Amino acid sequence: MLDSLQLLGRKGLEFFQRLGRGHLLLLQVLAGLPGLFLRFGLVIKQIYAVGVLSLVIIVVSGVFVGMVLGLQGYNTLVDFGAEESLGVVVALSLVRELGPVVTALLFAGRAGSALTAEIGLMKATEQLSAMEMMAVDPVRRVLAPRFLAGFISMPFLAAIFSAVGILGGYFVGVGLLGVDDGAYWSQMQDKVDMYDDINNGIIKSLVFGVVVSWIAIFEGNDAIPTSEGVSRATTRTVVHSALAVLGLDFILTALMFGE
Amino acid sequence: MTTRATEIWVGIFVAAGLAALFMLAMKVSNLASYSGDEGYEVSARFEDVSGLKVRSPVTMSGVRIGRVKQIDFDDQALQAVVVMEIEPHHNLLPKDTSASIYTAGLLGEKYVGLEAGGDEQNLVQGDEIKLTQDSLVLEKLIGQFVSKFMTEAGSGDK
Repeated sequence: MLDSLQLLGRKGLEFFQRLGRGHLLLLQVLAGLPGLFLRFGLVIKQIYAVGVLSLVIIVVSGVFVGMVLGLQGYNTLVDFGAEESLGVVVALSLVRELGPVVTALLFAGRAGSALTAEIGLMKATEQLSAMEMMAVDPVRRVLAPRFLAGFISMPFLAAIFSAVGILGGYFVGVGLLGVDDGAYWSQMQDKVDMYDDINNGIIKSLVFGVVVSWIAIFEGNDAIPTSEGVSRATTRTVVHSALAVLGLDFILTALMFGE
Repeated sequence: MTTRATEIWVGIFVAAGLAALFMLAMKVSNLASYSGDEGYEVSARFEDVSGLKVRSPVTMSGVRIGRVKQIDFDDQALQAVVVMEIEPHHNLLPKDTSASIYTAGLLGEKYVGLEAGGDEQNLVQGDEIKLTQDSLVLEKLIGQFVSKFMTEAGSGDK
């Protein structure tokens, strides 16, 4: 009885310690951000690693998600004779939900895991300690550029995902299934609002960018410096990012489209 | 050389992202149809505006010439007051224009339809449209139909 209570207490304490370390790290990283604008080359290198190299998977997934939406939406709408609304269905689901969320999930798998593994290995091979020995702050030099790069890349990736998905839906709906070309775009323009839909989608992807990058660099920095520890940290990054993104998406949707 | 290639790729990435955002803004959303300059406002009083929302379209002859800006309730007159913003280049509407609330399709959204009168003077900022016709509420209509049907059926029995 007492043993299980003790176990519960220890787990709880560990959880809150990790949470505290995570927030302290976030504060340190945020404090390191202004200095980055003097050495923006570091950030550009990281944008290349997390953004440009994720482009292929984002574009391919976007096209296919858009095409599936077009196909499924058409099959449902055609029963009501409302297949002209296909553009609205595809655009709203992509811009509001699927664009930011699927991009964040793919980003966590493609870039977040790589960030964690890289930082964890740097720690395991004592490169981070070596930097500290040379009086170089690893938080400013290694973690902050990666965090900022993730934050910058995410909205661009989400926008590319949505745009490419809408084109994919256009290809299936108009090209293969014979929805009217003009109706696809005009109904979309009529119903999709710049401020309510597109801006909120961008805000979502910014929030996800912060959360996924934060989790990735924290898990890397907090990894036990062994090969097993790094592999566990990588797994945790993907799992925790996915859970955080899906949970936050519900909260953000309730706040934005709730009324 | 590698940094140069990296920077070029990042440049392409950012440009593609901005292009996607631009496409979402201009091609997908209604941003392109926003006119930058403010229109003029006219108001109209209705007994019933159920279903009408802020930003619902205001049309004339089926062409959208403005949007509903504000819907209020007048406590004194016990009427709904709808403020509409008409685009500034449509400034030749006659003063005795009438406003009705219509439904797009059987179950579609509500919009305000304007019909021109024959007055020499034009509507200007702050004017009120006097001739109005209320929103058609489907439930009320069905209720009237059912009660009429019932009374007819009742009188037929006698």
